Amino acid sequence: MKILTVCGMGLGTGLVLRMSTEAALQRIGVDDAVVEVADIGTAKGMGAGYDIVLTSSELAEQLGPVKGRLITVQNFIDKNEIETKLREALDRPASPA
Amino acid sequence: MDTISGIVRFTVEEILSQPALLLGIIVLVGLVALRKAPGDIIGGTLKGILGFVILGVGAGAVVGALEPLGTMVLEVFGAQGVVPTNEAITAIAAGEFGVTVAWVMLVGFVVNLLLARFTPLKYIFLTGHHMLFMATMLAVVLSAADIVSVPNVILGGILLGTVMVVMPALGQPFMRRITGDQPVAIGHFGTMGYILAGLAGRAFGRGSKSTEELNFPKTFNFLRDPMVATAVAMLVIYGIFTVWYAQVASAESVAAITGGNDLVVFGLIQALTFAAGVAVILLGVRTILGEIVPAFAGIGSRIVPSALPALDCPITFPFAPNAVLIGFVASFVGGLLSLGVLAATGGLGLALALILPGMVPHFFTGGTAGVFGNSTGGRVGAVVGGFVNGVFITFGAAFLLPVMGELGFANTTFGDADFQWYGILVGNVANLGAPVLYAGLGIIIVGLMALGIWIQTRFVPQPQYEVDTPGTAATKPAPVL
Repeated sequence: MKILTVCGMGLGTGLVLRMSTEAALQRIGVDDAVVEVADIGTAKGMGAGYDIVLTSSELAEQLGPVKGRLITVQNFIDKNEIETKLREALDRPASPA
Repeated sequence: MDTISGIVRFTVEEILSQPALLLGIIVLVGLVALRKAPGDIIGGTLKGILGFVILGVGAGAVVGALEPLGTMVLEVFGAQGVVPTNEAITAIAAGEFGVTVAWVMLVGFVVNLLLARFTPLKYIFLTGHHMLFMATMLAVVLSAADIVSVPNVILGGILLGTVMVVMPALGQPFMRRITGDQPVAIGHFGTMGYILAGLAGRAFGRGSKSTEELNFPKTFNFLRDPMVATAVAMLVIYGIFTVWYAQVASAESVAAITGGNDLVVFGLIQALTFAAGVAVILLGVRTILGEIVPAFAGIGSRIVPSALPALDCPITFPFAPNAVLIGFVASFVGGLLSLGVLAATGGLGLALALILPGMVPHFFTGGTAGVFGNSTGGRVGAVVGGFVNGVFITFGAAFLLPVMGELGFANTTFGDADFQWYGILVGNVANLGAPVLYAGLGIIIVGLMALGIWIQTRFVPQPQYEVDTPGTAATKPAPVL
């Protein structure tokens, strides 16, 4: 599975989102995912090759439609938010604790 | 014995003197420390090296594209024309200062860890490109004051590590308002502009409604793409100066610049080449950081588990997206007005350079200043905050150039507030000569730490972060952000 995290420059926040996403994937128990970072400019072209694209809602408007599942994240460091949204996208509900 | 000393000498003189290889070794050590798989270690190390090589490729493009602009601005105004772009100046400096920069960055990171471990300023600065830019600025400014090699690395590293914990601490009282006390700090070297924006918002924006209650037009949304924004700004700048230059210059001097092509078309291509060069440099920086930052984060969270991550400025954008655009426009206006003042007064009578508005600094730092201004003073705060930031980073760039030595004559420089005030301060103190400069730099470091600790203990309740319980820490080997 290929996942893309997108921010304006593809330097800081996109990388933070990648690290949060990797942490969330680990909690969900997905270990075959590759998470990459892109800036908004290249993401427009790259987006087609990815199963899931994560970004902010403002950049999602700029990004336009993508082939894979688009997830908009409000708080880039909130692992719970990202985990919930990823579980929904992956159709893997949390097992009752 | 000869063989051993030969190997050591080869390593030091040939391998460690190549900044790309040095950076590769740093990445290698980080990845090994995190016990990554062999494939990841090899791939990651190679990408670190490749990233640095890519930087050099982009630097050639931006230098080539800025030269004709510099010539034209000089002819039209009789002053140096500068478009502040952090990426461009860093890539240009990497050629000569790359080795020093890599060491300063490494020492700076260690100093950050030590300060976070042993002082109340528990922040791990994770904005890798800003560490790189600040390390470059310090290496350049200290070199310009004839502080080179080991002293440069040690002084630069300590100065870098200090500012990496102090700026997040100074920004934290505002960040708590913005994020609603999320466990995150601002880790961006435009922070002095944001603090001024927050204070200006408090002074002028009392009772003003939040920007987020506005239905803000999305006209400026396309500028969220930095490649587009840079291209647009450079097209306008180049357009103005080519037309202007064509009026004042002789046909021969125009031909000397363009090689016989039409001046306006030539300018258009140069403007786009600049934007493309910046995009290449960004690719290089991204390739380097993709490996280094997770390594830093992993090491940081092991050594100081209770530290807050200090992150790049767009982390604040989702909390007030309208304020970002308002702050950006206000900052840009502030930059243009300041440019007008510089042009009209002959650089304040000091022959300072003309600082043309760099789009990337104005968008990211102006936007963040808008968010900070909005947090204390609503719409009025966002406007005033962005404006103050724009004025600050324009005059800051003008006053930074004289302490940057030969690189002060490049047509680009650092565009964000902290590179500027810190560079001006450190550069002028370093120029006082030994032994005064050591005392001076010591006072700067101690003074900044004292200020940071005072703000931290006075305005930031402790502890405000989640402390990992011992039981869960063992099950979480990955960097937790």
